[in-house]
Amino acid sequence: MSLGETTTDTGPGPGDDAAATTTSTAKSAGEAASSADVKDETVTAPDPRPDLSDTARRLARRLVRTNSAWTFLVLLVLMTAFSIMKPAHFPTTFNLRNVATDAAVLLIIGVGMTYVVITAGIDLSVGSVLVFSGVVAAKTMTGISDVDAGWGPILLGLLAGLAAGAAWGALNGFLVAKAKVPALIVTLGSLGMALGLAQVMTEGQDVRGVPTRLSDTIGNGRVLGVPWLVVIALLVTVLGALALATTRFGRRTYAIGSNAEAARRAGIPVELHLIKVYALCGLLAGLAGILSLARFTTTTIGGHTNDSLGAIAAVVLGGTSLFGGVGTIVGTLIGVFIPAILQNGFIILGVQPYWQSVAVGGVLIAAVYADQLRRRATQRA
Amino acid sequence: MQPLLEGRGLVKRFGQVQALRGADFTVFPGEVVALIGDNGAGKSTLTKVLAGAARPDEGGILFEGAPVTLERPTDAQRLGIETVYQDLALAPDLDGAANLFLGRELLRRGLAGRLGVLDKAAMRRRAVDAFARLGVELQDIDAPIGTLSGGQRQSVAIARAVAWADKVVFMDEPTAALGVLQRGRVLDVVRKVRDAGTSVVLISHNMPEVLSVADRVEVLRLGQRVATFTAADTSVEELVGAMTGALDEGRAA
Repeated sequence: MSLGETTTDTGPGPGDDAAATTTSTAKSAGEAASSADVKDETVTAPDPRPDLSDTARRLARRLVRTNSAWTFLVLLVLMTAFSIMKPAHFPTTFNLRNVATDAAVLLIIGVGMTYVVITAGIDLSVGSVLVFSGVVAAKTMTGISDVDAGWGPILLGLLAGLAAGAAWGALNGFLVAKAKVPALIVTLGSLGMALGLAQVMTEGQDVRGVPTRLSDTIGNGRVLGVPWLVVIALLVTVLGALALATTRFGRRTYAIGSNAEAARRAGIPVELHLIKVYALCGLLAGLAGILSLARFTTTTIGGHTNDSLGAIAAVVLGGTSLFGGVGTIVGTLIGVFIPAILQNGFIILGVQPYWQSVAVGGVLIAAVYADQLRRRATQRA
Repeated sequence: MQPLLEGRGLVKRFGQVQALRGADFTVFPGEVVALIGDNGAGKSTLTKVLAGAARPDEGGILFEGAPVTLERPTDAQRLGIETVYQDLALAPDLDGAANLFLGRELLRRGLAGRLGVLDKAAMRRRAVDAFARLGVELQDIDAPIGTLSGGQRQSVAIARAVAWADKVVFMDEPTAALGVLQRGRVLDVVRKVRDAGTSVVLISHNMPEVLSVADRVEVLRLGQRVATFTAADTSVEELVGAMTGALDEGRAA
């Protein structure tokens, strides 16, 4: 026996390393003493403050703890700097509308990616799934109708695209959760498969003849001056953020990423939940594929090779931890706009836009380094 | 007195290894009973069997005098039996309330609840109560569990088990990784659990700790119960003797 007995404490989290655990005994005496001091303080301090300031303090504490507060600051500084340097060109409705429209597709992928990364997973396939879904949608629409198609065929095409995306996601989730193949490998595989199959279906040629009704409305139309693409992306972001922050689904997503074994022991159906999360990510990639199709009126097969990495970068920039258990959709929103604003600002300033990749790469590494430091500081042995 | 939970003649094999060879175990209502034994004596296996995490090959389990089958942990949980695992089954990135309600989240009433919206205020309130009842003091109830000290985390793990178990809580080496002060606090929590009427099965290697907190001690050796003691009438030497087999007469069961 001794199966259970020889396994010593490995700490609660995937992020806790063995070194930290072994030092725990050595420093725990001092640690206990200091925590006793702090405790006495809280006990003796009278607390007649009203509830309002209490919640305010809690909110403030939570804000400092989230990384997205800092990245938001970076975004604000960038926007202020570009606005001061080019007041006639940068802070205009026209320009910001363009930036937002360009960012819409990446934002939608980023929302799904945030869920996946919070479960300590990763999805490299979203860019390919986007293309695959776009091809399925376009093939459906052009197959049953033509450029002048009515809303019926368009709707069918949209549903087909969404279903295709969700199916790829569910397959990813199944392989990750049930077959226990690492997410990196599963989605690297489906990255190739989805793109390859999309090219097989189209023989490598982009599908054209997408219904004009689709491109004139969702693709390039506006509601109250705001492009449909932006409206849809923001709607997805708000819903995604609410679901993550306030629902049981969101809570369990965090729990699984934080400690999958604990979630399992607590009776959470971890495997099923993971399948749902990856399916959601695929579904949103499908939606992004449809929006891209509507915008460009063609499938842009070769144009999305960097989307997966862009989405992962945005998620990580937004303070979501690759170790799982931590992250927000608001952070991802900020993380999508930092590269977008940088690129736009560089173009307006006349700097080579390629510098954007260099800058974002640096910021990304800095963000992950900050996350590491934060984890080391807060996760005690 | 009618035992609350009883294992009789439990046998559990893992391939060639026989972890339990007809082990008996008894838990009475409202007591702290320590389960001790050397490495490999079968403590963890016995705990798993009684908590529904493993099925015995032979033998039976009685709950309040009636035979029960525990296919999985949820069966035991339904009877009011919970386990605090050695490797802390907590989510370090979630706060105390979220951990307390892990897998048993409270939802809001009405439409919001149907959509799966959490009732965070109610969970937080009940978590504060649950911690207060056990004397667990957290400086910041909203802090992720991973930022707490080991003792506080262990206390949260215990509070979590106690919040759902009104009958028996198994604690597998709850103080193993803790320093002296924190150890004392966790043992206070164990006593408070007992005083609230929930029985505690304490698996421990630490003899002075066992004698200070337990009411009774049951000793396991080579997969069998070899002795039971009343904690007040025994000594570390006697316990060690029973564990190692040096004192085989014991007060055999």
